[in-house]
Parts: sequence; C-alpha cells; structure tokens
Amino acid sequence: MKKAENYTTLTFPSRSSNEGFARAAAACFAAQLDPTLDELNDVKTAVSEAVTNAIVHAYPDCLGKISMRLSLGEDHSLEIVVRDWGVGIPDVAQARQPLYTTGSEERSGMGFTIMESFMDLLRVRSQPGKGTTVTMRKRISRRAGVQ
Amino acid sequence: MAITCSESERCLKAAISGELDHHHARQVMEELDRQIDAALPRRLILDLEGLAFTDSSGIAVLIRAFRRMGQLGGEVSVCNVPEQARKVFCAAGVQKLIRFE
Repeated sequence: MKKAENYTTLTFPSRSSNEGFARAAAACFAAQLDPTLDELNDVKTAVSEAVTNAIVHAYPDCLGKISMRLSLGEDHSLEIVVRDWGVGIPDVAQARQPLYTTGSEERSGMGFTIMESFMDLLRVRSQPGKGTTVTMRKRISRRAGVQ
Repeated sequence: MAITCSESERCLKAAISGELDHHHARQVMEELDRQIDAALPRRLILDLEGLAFTDSSGIAVLIRAFRRMGQLGGEVSVCNVPEQARKVFCAAGVQKLIRFE
C-alpha cells in the first residue's frame, strides 16, 4: 500500500463484546472510501474474524490488549492491522488451513479462510509467547460519478 | 440477538435475528439445543431473514444444528438467508450439508 492518507488506531481489551464494536468501527472508517454494501460487509466479516481470533486464542486465561489500526491508502484501499501480545501461533500455515481449530465448539475453523476470501491480501505474522499480527488489505472500487 | 420458535407436526421453525458472532454463539446454540430437545422434531427450519450479520460463528451454529438433527434422524434447512450470511456460509461449503430454501 502506498502512503496512508488517513488512519486511526483503536485499542481495547479482549472482551467478546468488543467484536461488534470493532467491526462497526472498521465499517465507519471504511465509509470514507464510499464502498458498496457488499464491500462493507466483506470488511466487517473479516474484522470480526480477526478480532475474534485474538479474543479467543491470544489470551486464553486472561484479558489482554488488542489493537486495530485502520488506514486508507492513496490507491483507494483499506488496510486493517489487528495485533495482540498474547500466546502466539506456533504454526501459522497449519492455523490457516480450513477447518483447523483449537477453539471450542463455537468455532468452526473457518476464520482465516473467510479473511482470505473476503479481502485481497491476508498476512499473518506470529511469534509464540510474543503475539500475532494480522494484516488485511482490500481495494475498494471507485464508483462511477464519484471522485 | 433473538430466537423465536414455533412448532407444528414435529417441524420446528426457529427464526434467528440480530448479529450472530462469537459473543452470541453459545447463547444461540444453547437455546437451539433446548428447543430441539423439547420438540424432538423431524425437521428443523432456521429462518434467517432477520439475521443482520454473521461470521464463522454462524457456520458453527449451523453445523451443530445439522449434527443434532442427524442424531435424531431428522433434517435441517435454512430459509430467507441474507446475502452477507450466504457468502459466509458458502465460503465454508455449508450448502453441501444443509439445504438452502
């Protein structure tokens, strides 16, 4: 992504009630790009997955800090970086496999698959004991008649 | 998040409305379990018309309902699936297990 034209960072504790907050906040920020409803829903869904992963897996026994950085690029794209300082993922390639989950039965193991298919780019960096950073990017189409 | 159920002739219809994410998934699963245990239906129809949002937590809810109905020898289907939910479910191939009406 080229230079960020606008950005914000939110920090919140790993409470599940923040899942709804995070996706609503991301949708509000993304609205500056005048996305279609489908694009907006894709962003909300991907954010919900990334933030839920951090809430469920990063801090299994305590509340911890999660940050979400949202930025708009000059190329009409949205970048979302969800970061935690939790337990980390020992094997990222395995975690990204469809249906792979270490969570309880409310989890389907489809989180990364959905992030991958709803966004243009998904990058996951993790270090056991240090935390995980999930970077997602989506280019928002320019609509006719809109600058 | 709300579930409204009605039952007739061993067909249980459950309307799920609101935003279904991990925060609400357990509550929805427990309520569906309770309703299925009480009605022992042959058929479960999940009406998703009022579902404003779902993520992969919704997939887990559908898979669980599919398994429970399988144990009872019954079938499950979903109806009035909003576009956002359809996209999430289809990314996981749920439509191969559960009929979309």
